[in-house]
Amino acid sequence: MDRRKFIVAGLGGAAAGCARPRSPWRFLSVTEARTLEAVCAHIIPADKDPGAVEAGVAVFIDRQLSGFYKPLQETYRQGIAAIDRLSVSCGGHAFADLPARLQLEVLQRIERDPQLKPFFDLLVAHSMQGFYGDPRHGGNRERVGWKMLGVASPPVRGRA
Amino acid sequence: MRRVNAVVVGAGAGGGIVAKELAEAGLSVVLLERGKWYTAFDCRKDDLRNQRTSVLGNAFGPDDERNPRVAVDLKGRAHLVRASGPGYSNNAACVGGGTLSYGAMAWRYMEKDFRMRSTYGQVAGSTLEDWPISYDDLEPYYEKAEWEIGVSGDDSGNPFRAPRRKPLPMPPLPPNREFEILHPAAKRLGLHPFHIPMLRNSVPYNGRGPCMRCRWCVGFACEVNAKCGTQNTVIPKALATGNCELRTESMARQILTDERGRATGVEYFDARDRLQRQDADLVVVSSAAVESARLLLNSKSALFPNGLGNRYDWVGRNFQGHSYTGAFGIMPYDIYDDLGPGAAIAVCDYNHGNPGLAGGAMLANEFIRLPYQFVGMLPPDVPKWGLAHKDFMRSFYRRAIAVQGPTQEMPMFSARVEVDPAVRDHWGIPVARLSGDKHPHTIEIGAFAAARAEEWLKEAGAVRTWKKLAGPGFTGGQHQAGTCRMGDDPKTSVVNRYCQVHEIDNLFVIDGSVHVTNGGFNPVLTIMANAYRASDYLVKGWKGTRYR
Repeated sequence: MDRRKFIVAGLGGAAAGCARPRSPWRFLSVTEARTLEAVCAHIIPADKDPGAVEAGVAVFIDRQLSGFYKPLQETYRQGIAAIDRLSVSCGGHAFADLPARLQLEVLQRIERDPQLKPFFDLLVAHSMQGFYGDPRHGGNRERVGWKMLGVASPPVRGRA
Repeated sequence: MRRVNAVVVGAGAGGGIVAKELAEAGLSVVLLERGKWYTAFDCRKDDLRNQRTSVLGNAFGPDDERNPRVAVDLKGRAHLVRASGPGYSNNAACVGGGTLSYGAMAWRYMEKDFRMRSTYGQVAGSTLEDWPISYDDLEPYYEKAEWEIGVSGDDSGNPFRAPRRKPLPMPPLPPNREFEILHPAAKRLGLHPFHIPMLRNSVPYNGRGPCMRCRWCVGFACEVNAKCGTQNTVIPKALATGNCELRTESMARQILTDERGRATGVEYFDARDRLQRQDADLVVVSSAAVESARLLLNSKSALFPNGLGNRYDWVGRNFQGHSYTGAFGIMPYDIYDDLGPGAAIAVCDYNHGNPGLAGGAMLANEFIRLPYQFVGMLPPDVPKWGLAHKDFMRSFYRRAIAVQGPTQEMPMFSARVEVDPAVRDHWGIPVARLSGDKHPHTIEIGAFAAARAEEWLKEAGAVRTWKKLAGPGFTGGQHQAGTCRMGDDPKTSVVNRYCQVHEIDNLFVIDGSVHVTNGGFNPVLTIMANAYRASDYLVKGWKGTRYR
């Protein structure tokens, strides 16, 4: 069980009791984060090297949404909801609960949809930032993106 | 506030030099800078927040919150743009200006770059013109900039270079892998490759150590202070004279003039947003092409209803920069050597003398690429996401190579900086409004340069290549220039050959704004040389407490 699943499972347990669960996300709701991670898993899939989920791309996005990307909060809220709506109409479930094949179909439809494409492009750009960018912003966990490219990450002198 | 001899607005490439030259000549100087003074300890190596990749903001300003601009697209729609976003045409706002975090190529323009109209004739739809000064006028000052600020490199292998009296003060950095691959390939093509001159210490110089060759170079401040900008050379010298006071976080609102039409000082907001007035005998505007034009246009009075120097509507016109065109290639083996600055080798074979083209571009290998930057450089047929994208990144990041260069632009009267009638910044000052297009011939020249770059990469053994071409729309950015054209005729220019505003003898514009044309090169050394030259004139014309 990875960290994310553990937290989600924990939340289920907590909801059964009456303690109010503390979300690990700063801006996203647990449901939104679940959808976002499932989408990011297609943008940068895991293969022999880690993908977006393992690199913490959603953590990067969530953190920026309460920081530099604050003006995009509403865009994300509506965009993620639109992805889930489309998923329900295509496959009867929220995006994260669809089988991978259907998920891919949904994403391909989104790419062709002039209304949804700008949000998807944004998501792609932010995923790349979270995967290949600086670990200090919450993504590129353990420098997995840099390790994959074979770029050394020496300890930087000065105030890195 | 105590009246001073000179107030200089902007502590960048031009203003830093002017402040030092005037202060050393004994004038009292106030140097205003809207940004902060960063030190080597502020040089966070952040791949997503720097002056090259600003997806999480500009590291060295201006900040998004207080400094909006308006950019007009080709359909005439106006957009409010953020300082770190696309379309803003940003240049850093800090002590040193762009020179704190630049790539630091130190080009002298070629002789023909000052005589574009005489060389190529009129180009329809362009305000292409000769400079009122020649390369020979600037040569001694190019030399002064190279030795005072500090340049390493070796252009002795460049037969197209304009004559120089003195060699560069520092040798080039040892060649990197791309240099070693591209050099013999260029020779085989009959080109003349050489070591790029750079404002970067390759050996200890001016009391600072040499480059340690890290990968966080262009877009970042140098943590070992090996990159030479005005913030670590002339500005400290200016302050050491005791005649110059540097005021940071000071945002100029307008230049003040009296009833006789002479400049009397500058009104600005200090770090706590209080309105201040600095009276001075002469005013020098060195805020780069966008902000210099904006300041002149915002300085309106009964005598100057259209702003200063703008009687004939030339302030803000001919806004230009450089579009970079070239090619990317994939080599059959790893060439990534993790050695900054990366850019090392150039050719000037295509700057002039290209059949049917009015100019050209210098071509050089590109600065070292950080992983996220490579995402934006992939061939057009590689999917934008998914496994294929990831696999391309993984397979080819260490094999990629790029050659590109700045296309010399055909200036356009319609590409311009205005002040927006509605939008104001944090201080209530009307913001810059940018609009206009690129001349179609500029795009043609870029396409030619891209094809030459691709040939070079193929000769070097690239197994796959793709071009990077210029699109429509005005340029600007860090190479911004042209908005206060230098010329002899007051009806078709803003300043005279000494950078003095035609109508106002104690007001000067000393930065890239005065460039008539912007060369097929990075413009900073020319801005520096011209600042030394204009300062010389200022100092010589200075009579006691007055300027005549």
